[in-house]
Amino acid sequence: MLTAEEIHEIQEEFHLYPYKQAACIEALKVVQNHRRWVSDENVKDLAALLEMSVEEIDSVATFYNLIYRQPVGKYVILLCDSVSCYIMGFEAVLAHLEKSLGIKYGETTKDGRFTMLPVPCLGTCDHAPAMMVGKDLFRDLTPEKIDEILNKYE
Amino acid sequence: MAKIKINGKEFEVDPKKNLLEASISAGYDVPYFCWHPKLGSIGSCRQCAVVKYRDENDTVGRLVMSCMEPASEGSIISTDASQAVEFRSNVIEALMTNHPHDCPVCDEGGECHLQDMTVMSGHQTRRYEFGKRTHKNQYLGPFINHEMNRCIQCYRCVRYYRDYAGGDDLNVFSSRNRVYFGRANDGVLESEFSGNLVEVCPTGVFTDKTLKKHHTRKWDLTTAPSICTHCSVGCNTIVGERYGTIRRVYSRYNEQVNGYFLCDRGRFGYEFMNSDKRIKKFVVNGSFDGVTKESAFDFIVKALKGKKIIGIGSPRASLETNFTLKQLVGNENFSVGLSHKDYQLAKLAIDTLKNGNVRTPSLKEVEQCESVFVLGEDITNTAPMLALSIRQAIKNITKTKADKAGIPLWNDAPAREIIQDAHGPLHIAAPMASRLDDVANSTYFSAPENIARFGYVVAHFIDSKLSLPSGLTEEVTSKARKIASDLLSTAKPLIVSGVHCKNEDVLKAASDVAQALKTAGKDVRLSYTFEESNTVGAVLLDGKSLEEVFETKAEVLIIVENDLYRRLSTEKIDSYLSKFEQVIVLDHNCTSTTKKATVILPVGTFTEADGTFVNMEGRAQRFYQVFVPESDTIESWRRIAQIATAIDKPFDQKNFYDFTESLVINNAQFTGIETLAPPPDFKVQGQKIARESLRYSGRTAMKANINVHELKPIEDADSAMSFTMEGYHGQAPTSLITSYWAPGWNSAQAINKYQIEVGGALHGGDPGLRLIEPSKTNFKFYQSNPDAFKVSGSGLKGVPVYKIFGSEELSSKAAAVKERVSESFILLNSKDAAKADVKADETIEISLNGQLSSVKVLIQDDLADGLAGISAGYCGINPEMTDVTIKK
Amino acid sequence: MERPLTKNIRPDGKPLFIKEYESLGGYQSVKKALKMQPKEITELVKKSNLKGRGGAGFNTGLKWSFVPMEGQFEHKYLVANGDEMEPGTFKDRLLIEGDPHQLIEGMIVTACAIQADEGYIFIRGEYTEAAEIVKKALAEAYEAGYLGKNILKSGFNFNLHLHTSVGRYICGEETALLNSLEGKRANPRAKPPFPQVSGLFGQPTIVNNIETLCNIPHIINNGAEWFNGLSLTPGDGGTKIFGASGKVKRPGLWELPFGVTLRELLEEHAGGMRDGLKFKGCLPGGASTDFLVEQHLDIRMDYASVAAAGSRLGTGTMIVLDDKTCPVGMVLNLEHFFAQESCGFCTPCREGLPWTEKILQKIENGKGEMKDLDLLQFHTKFMGPGNTFCALAPGAMAPLQSALKYFREDFELHIKEHKCSWK
Ligand SMILES: Cc1cc2nc3c(=O)[nH]c(=O)nc-3n(C[C@H](O)[C@H](O)[C@H](O)COP(=O)(O)O)c2cc1C
Ligand code: SF4
Ligand code: FES
Repeated sequence: MLTAEEIHEIQEEFHLYPYKQAACIEALKVVQNHRRWVSDENVKDLAALLEMSVEEIDSVATFYNLIYRQPVGKYVILLCDSVSCYIMGFEAVLAHLEKSLGIKYGETTKDGRFTMLPVPCLGTCDHAPAMMVGKDLFRDLTPEKIDEILNKYE
Repeated sequence: MAKIKINGKEFEVDPKKNLLEASISAGYDVPYFCWHPKLGSIGSCRQCAVVKYRDENDTVGRLVMSCMEPASEGSIISTDASQAVEFRSNVIEALMTNHPHDCPVCDEGGECHLQDMTVMSGHQTRRYEFGKRTHKNQYLGPFINHEMNRCIQCYRCVRYYRDYAGGDDLNVFSSRNRVYFGRANDGVLESEFSGNLVEVCPTGVFTDKTLKKHHTRKWDLTTAPSICTHCSVGCNTIVGERYGTIRRVYSRYNEQVNGYFLCDRGRFGYEFMNSDKRIKKFVVNGSFDGVTKESAFDFIVKALKGKKIIGIGSPRASLETNFTLKQLVGNENFSVGLSHKDYQLAKLAIDTLKNGNVRTPSLKEVEQCESVFVLGEDITNTAPMLALSIRQAIKNITKTKADKAGIPLWNDAPAREIIQDAHGPLHIAAPMASRLDDVANSTYFSAPENIARFGYVVAHFIDSKLSLPSGLTEEVTSKARKIASDLLSTAKPLIVSGVHCKNEDVLKAASDVAQALKTAGKDVRLSYTFEESNTVGAVLLDGKSLEEVFETKAEVLIIVENDLYRRLSTEKIDSYLSKFEQVIVLDHNCTSTTKKATVILPVGTFTEADGTFVNMEGRAQRFYQVFVPESDTIESWRRIAQIATAIDKPFDQKNFYDFTESLVINNAQFTGIETLAPPPDFKVQGQKIARESLRYSGRTAMKANINVHELKPIEDADSAMSFTMEGYHGQAPTSLITSYWAPGWNSAQAINKYQIEVGGALHGGDPGLRLIEPSKTNFKFYQSNPDAFKVSGSGLKGVPVYKIFGSEELSSKAAAVKERVSESFILLNSKDAAKADVKADETIEISLNGQLSSVKVLIQDDLADGLAGISAGYCGINPEMTDVTIKK
Repeated sequence: MERPLTKNIRPDGKPLFIKEYESLGGYQSVKKALKMQPKEITELVKKSNLKGRGGAGFNTGLKWSFVPMEGQFEHKYLVANGDEMEPGTFKDRLLIEGDPHQLIEGMIVTACAIQADEGYIFIRGEYTEAAEIVKKALAEAYEAGYLGKNILKSGFNFNLHLHTSVGRYICGEETALLNSLEGKRANPRAKPPFPQVSGLFGQPTIVNNIETLCNIPHIINNGAEWFNGLSLTPGDGGTKIFGASGKVKRPGLWELPFGVTLRELLEEHAGGMRDGLKFKGCLPGGASTDFLVEQHLDIRMDYASVAAAGSRLGTGTMIVLDDKTCPVGMVLNLEHFFAQESCGFCTPCREGLPWTEKILQKIENGKGEMKDLDLLQFHTKFMGPGNTFCALAPGAMAPLQSALKYFREDFELHIKEHKCSWK
């Protein structure tokens, strides 16, 4: 069941488009903001709210990188794996993250704190390597800086 | 017309088409995947590349996707320039990087568009050396098998299923080289038209599950042109047999009727012919032990001697069968096998079409209409393919928007984008919600009486000279006014009604609406649905209703291909039958009626006989025997002729063609049906048309366990086809197309080669003959003015509810269809359910005109007060369901 | 030297909000534009030689002129493309985060020109801070009467909304972006019809890059001649935000006139290569442009010159390859990106890119064979311009085909030595 708050937020989005189905992506975002990821049940509820079929919602949901259709940890680490970060050595950062967290791309730490995913260029190439933790951007990364950053996230 | 040049040759083409269509129509083989004549172009597969030149002096040209380029004046293209040829072969190579190449175990093998295109594009050795992506397959229900690994991502399935057929439970998921076509979760594909995926998918992702279990190749099937027997639309099919069982039904292209498609009932209903309820032996007095054909006939001869006979034909039997029976028993003693009420309804509809001044449309004409008003029908469940056509019709008016913006209609995505969700007017008045409501502009749910009245209100607002029923609410009149103005706002309105809500006034009101539109100068069409594949033919042939014929005193009753218990209440039929000394039944499947027979004579289904059906449009269409069954089964009309011979009144006619000819001689209204197909002695290049392909395999081995000597092939005395691979394999006359094949084209898409122009009429014309045309002069308005429906105190009025799977007799016996049939049910709105103290999903006893049935309760709130929807045609349900009482 | 685009941007990058923006002369162009004829604005922009900064470099005024100005439409739309997922590109972020009102101002004027009544700012989802800033700026602009109904009592209406994306590079392709805005899968659309005629929800639509739109107020305020004068290259009006990433001393962004040389960019602005490293090549305008190498250092950075050198100016943000970074690895990284980001609609891209990636991976792993190079070469042709549905795959082939040209020995070395010697 979607919460009243979620439904309200989604309905607000309806005003921005000529018909409510166009707010599909917005609606997925709302649910994900509240729940970190979008479950099958959420998809069903969204389908009812938007008067679309489950297939129609999921077709959209599965297209995009930043809609999670599987559970993720409390914080999603998006590590840039694109070219500037490659040149600047993101692989060392990745190796360090893998070691510190004990997870690989696509996995979640046992305590449910972090999920790590690769992300294409974060648009901060002059400060590569870069990553995001939740909504926060971290730049000029070195393996040394990583642990300090991770510690900030309870 | 535009002049264009393809490979140096000039052609005159329709500039509204694209270059791919133009090239194929001109006879060039350009490979393609994502384009489909009914779905248009999207340019995703990149397979149809050709080189286009700026002008005569341009020698280099540039690669274009022919499906995405208009065939505009002066276009110069080459389909065989090396640049294009090489690119097309590279595209196949790329597609193949993920294709499992499992042709030997794939059901599509041998009629796979991907195979054809691979060969056509010249790709042979693959340079890809890495792993392939794999997918999980889904359970999609009893009809369709899913094997996603074979997918080449042409997007045709979703475009057909969603955009064309209006389904919403199939879609594309994920992205990049992981795109996945299927449902969100395993489950039955809900669209009534899901089976077309089998033909739309260019490879083996969606295949026919009912075929799959037999493991049969296209080239190993014996195939003949046929007509679907499961409703009155009369879709054209190709039926395939092997080892004495029917293996599949494929669509047979007929531009005027079903085009490229079929509904799932038509495609998967065939398994009734393979059912264990088939009658294959002679039965006398309830037993087939020791009964032979001879002993059965001896019995019949004795039984008939000096006795008066009544013959009951059937709206699901061919014209020829009904005619032959009529000839045996005499006009006075012949019934077409319909109850009085059903006969009157059908007759009223036919007379209206004949005497009115409005033309009844083919499905193709339906697709050209611009606004639609449906009265009293859930078409998706009663005439499914008509519903699919209506979905296309309501797109017409919006197309002008694309036209104005200069977007050709084949350019599918942009055309859709500019049209958005808009569609032409569709209004539905019916007892309850129906499957087309998702695209309806308005719906009006009420009792049949009120639907008729509603129709008259609409007629009044079209033509104020027509009377306005009294006692209407403002809501109803304003709704009707809107419908009238919508219909008047388009040049080609379509009125649809039918016999399924069993109310004459509904048919009359529909006619008045149509006549009013005609008077208002509209190019209007009127379409009536009927219950069975040959209802129209049977009624045109003329005969008595059941009630009438049972008034005649006689000792012997012959019933042909008819289950009388589906026509009238058990009580009535029981009492009718009890009056006869002998009840002789000719049928192919066990029914409640065969249970009462003293003699049962096995006869063929529509695939074991030749015959003619007349569809709802009044179009007579010929179907042909597919194979010769091994058992004692023969055609009904031939069986009747045997009886005639046995009782020393032999007929002059010998073969099918003779019966058709004398039918025409005796019944002028059928003039022309003898020309529906060439006569049996017709030959092309000295040969009959072959029912089997040149690659038919196993012929010498398949009966080796019985006899190693190959038997002499059976001659077909009834048609111009041979039962074997001996014969002509080129393009046959259109009525005799046994399968679609052209050099390089083994899949259904070979149809292109049979059409004058891609997506258009067949070379030689589409088969079939219209028997009903409007009389231009002596039409009248009915203005029958029925009383409004009144809820009677405690009682409920029954209205039949039709289901595509379950309501039709024969398909309900098919294994796969059976999986889709629910229990018998009663539909009530919550108020009436509460009043009767019943709950959803509860199984209760009800009395239908005094006969008890057990049904499941379904709640549907759009059903009007005082009505009870009853699952029509379901086993155990009384066909007369006017009075319904809930017993609990 | 004038730097109209970045003059307001603070060294610390903290955003400038409406009060300050107005005090620095902000929104003057709106007042001016509201009094102009739509055609006049478009004509002015056409003459200014402003070319699209999203990568394709099409004359902006000319693009606007394709929007039908007669006839009734439910809506006309203006969309700012801030998807910026092209690897190595980070210029639009600077503009939205540093001076959001400049963008809004540019959009209002553009809306006047094409008579759009609805607008969207489409920003990639990862730009969380930018989104917050734009949200605030939009609220301010509504508050101040620059947006909404009857703007500055002129009778002109323009609503502007923020849309944050949920990922995928293809959303930057303008027609895919429109699908995404409609809540659909971001597959590109067929052209024609062009969005100018049938775009968002089938209505006339202009999609412009953020940087493109940020130029508009300055053109209105100062005229076409002034704008042309900013550039060293005739025909390319205005300044450009150039940038550099990779192992240079001072990676970053600089607003410079068109026509500065690549060498100036690299050596003066980016401070040259880090100590101990040599310049091996660069992608001058993002991941989907061809490599330029040493011999090209003196070319001018403008559309024509870079094209003449066999590459594209693209987004103007270069990615520098040094001699200690494996070029095969770099190309592999790029092709991995493109293969991941293919939308999956058309065959060559969907199947060809993963194949390309696999071959490169094979070579990088030391398992490559000489014939693999031919196969790579084949792919660059197979996925070339015109062969695919949109420009993603041809873009993906740009770095590969130029790498095969300029760094062929390095590929061969991997094959001969059965390993990557840079590792
Ligand atoms: C795969 C692909 C990605 C693109 N990404 C962007 C982008 O992130 N931002 C952008 O402004 N343009 C992008 N473009 C270019 C747009 O399609 C379009 O040309 C541009 O937004 C037009 O704006 P302009 O005329 O102001 O440059 C991309 C194009 C392609 C083919
Ligand atoms: S080139 Fe084709 S598959 Fe690739 S992104 Fe464009 S449309 Fe999609
Ligand atoms: S048929 Fe033309 S691109 Fe697919």
